[in-house]
Amino acid sequence: MPRFEGKVALVTGAGRGQGRSHAVRFAAEGADLVLSDRCADLGTVPYGLASATDLEETVASVEAAGGRAVAMEADVRDTAALGRVVAAGIEAFGGIDIVVANAGIAGVSTIAAMSDEEWQNMIDINLGGVFKTLRAVAGHMAERGSGRIVATSSVVGRVGAPNIGHYVAAKWGVIGLVKSLALELAEHGVTVNAVCPTSVDTAMIQNEAFRELFLPDQSSYTMADVEGAFTELNPIPIPWVQPDDISDTVLFLASDEARMITGEAVPVALGWNARTAA
Amino acid sequence: MSGRCEGRRVLVTGGARGQGRNHAVRFAREGADVAVLDIAAAEMETVAYPLGSRAELEETAELVAAEGGRAAALVADIRSLAEMEAAVGQAAEAFGGLDILVVNAGICTFGELATMSAETWGTMIDVNLTGAFNTVRAAVPHMYGSEAGRVVATSSMAGRAGWENIGHYAAAKWGLIGMVKSLALELAPRGITANVVCPSSVDTRMMKNEASYKLFRPDLENPTLEDALPAFQSVNVLPVPYAETDDISDTVLFLASEQARYITGATLSAAIGVNAKNI
Repeated sequence: MPRFEGKVALVTGAGRGQGRSHAVRFAAEGADLVLSDRCADLGTVPYGLASATDLEETVASVEAAGGRAVAMEADVRDTAALGRVVAAGIEAFGGIDIVVANAGIAGVSTIAAMSDEEWQNMIDINLGGVFKTLRAVAGHMAERGSGRIVATSSVVGRVGAPNIGHYVAAKWGVIGLVKSLALELAEHGVTVNAVCPTSVDTAMIQNEAFRELFLPDQSSYTMADVEGAFTELNPIPIPWVQPDDISDTVLFLASDEARMITGEAVPVALGWNARTAA
Repeated sequence: MSGRCEGRRVLVTGGARGQGRNHAVRFAREGADVAVLDIAAAEMETVAYPLGSRAELEETAELVAAEGGRAAALVADIRSLAEMEAAVGQAAEAFGGLDILVVNAGICTFGELATMSAETWGTMIDVNLTGAFNTVRAAVPHMYGSEAGRVVATSSMAGRAGWENIGHYAAAKWGLIGMVKSLALELAPRGITANVVCPSSVDTRMMKNEASYKLFRPDLENPTLEDALPAFQSVNVLPVPYAETDDISDTVLFLASEQARYITGATLSAAIGVNAKNI
């Protein structure tokens, strides 16, 4: 029997990238999906965010994989919008069993040169958005006495990293949030964990800002030019992993196999974490 | 999920019973050949409960064979590198190499550091830390040809925190994590991953023995399992006294699977939430 037969999974940031991959993989293993994305660009983010068309494409992919899908535009900073997503999911499928708080942005700046707006958007989306997503389902799951929550942190949620201090701060915060919620929901049969990826081959790193960061002296280049720089971050000598690799761990944490795992942050990080205490 | 380990060649230390036996059987169920290794001695100095016996070791091998996998039962004391090299070499030769190494063998004894005998300390470090090194040292060279090399070592939540009455165990389990993280870095270019699983309490003889009951219920003269259960549970965050061996096997098999190919140098706490209060 498929691992997620009869289960309902909610995924934020489902328009493309990791979120889309998680959604399609859950569908392929029997789940129905509740999907959300902001579906619009944002001023301080140096690359285009997912569009409404991207989200529609995710819905089509979920359906092609055998799942049903409800999809809504929602910014994870918007409590009311998240409430509507959760309500729509419960109405369509009767409840929500799994939540993947995946939506997030990246940006590049030293802390000394960072604008208030860059900092604030990052914290509001990558930390506040995870809080609001988790809060939107915590009561529902506690009431049902079961549930699986997986939040996307990062390998830099356990270490410092230059040029992305706001991202690092938010991702550390996600782990603190996850561990605390794990303690609060344990008696209700809900597990709460984080996955901590290294670089993943998505639009979040395939953009001019990151190319410039790694190769500031070149005026034009392709991702092939920065493969070496990304590879240097990882003991397993490849530049980045694929969204599917992260989905493998997200689905494991959402499965019955992980029922005794909660409050944990699992690095899928090509060994970056081997050099750290985490 | 059957067949995740089809054709994989696995070595499990401490395979006579408990977690090790369960890992071995689960690997076999998913298509692997499994060699199980244990000391096959009735007792060890300082250890208050009987160790895995030869009969239990052979029973594990039979259980492996019953799942359809090739099985080998190996007797060695992990404290001896020479014994380990001989035994592991024998398994590697029989299987034509090794893919997955489960460093599981270990002991648990109790005592306060201020009054601990040198023998209690020394035996703990020799078995739970140096024994893990000897296992890695003997087995990893046989894994170099593997296309899916995986090392999974069993540490503990006591490998991430301090703990009264098991300071020597905590020291060994912290040390094991340092060793495995270093091993992960050394093996990364070869495509072999090395990870640690950190259980909390698990339903095995290591938990279920009188010394353990007494530690958890010092207020009682002759505490039973039933007396100890609430105390066992009070350590954990999810409301259960201990995990089943199958729960730990689930995580070990995940780390050994293709799905975890980019996870290395990690400590995965299958620890009933105890880790939620930790880093």
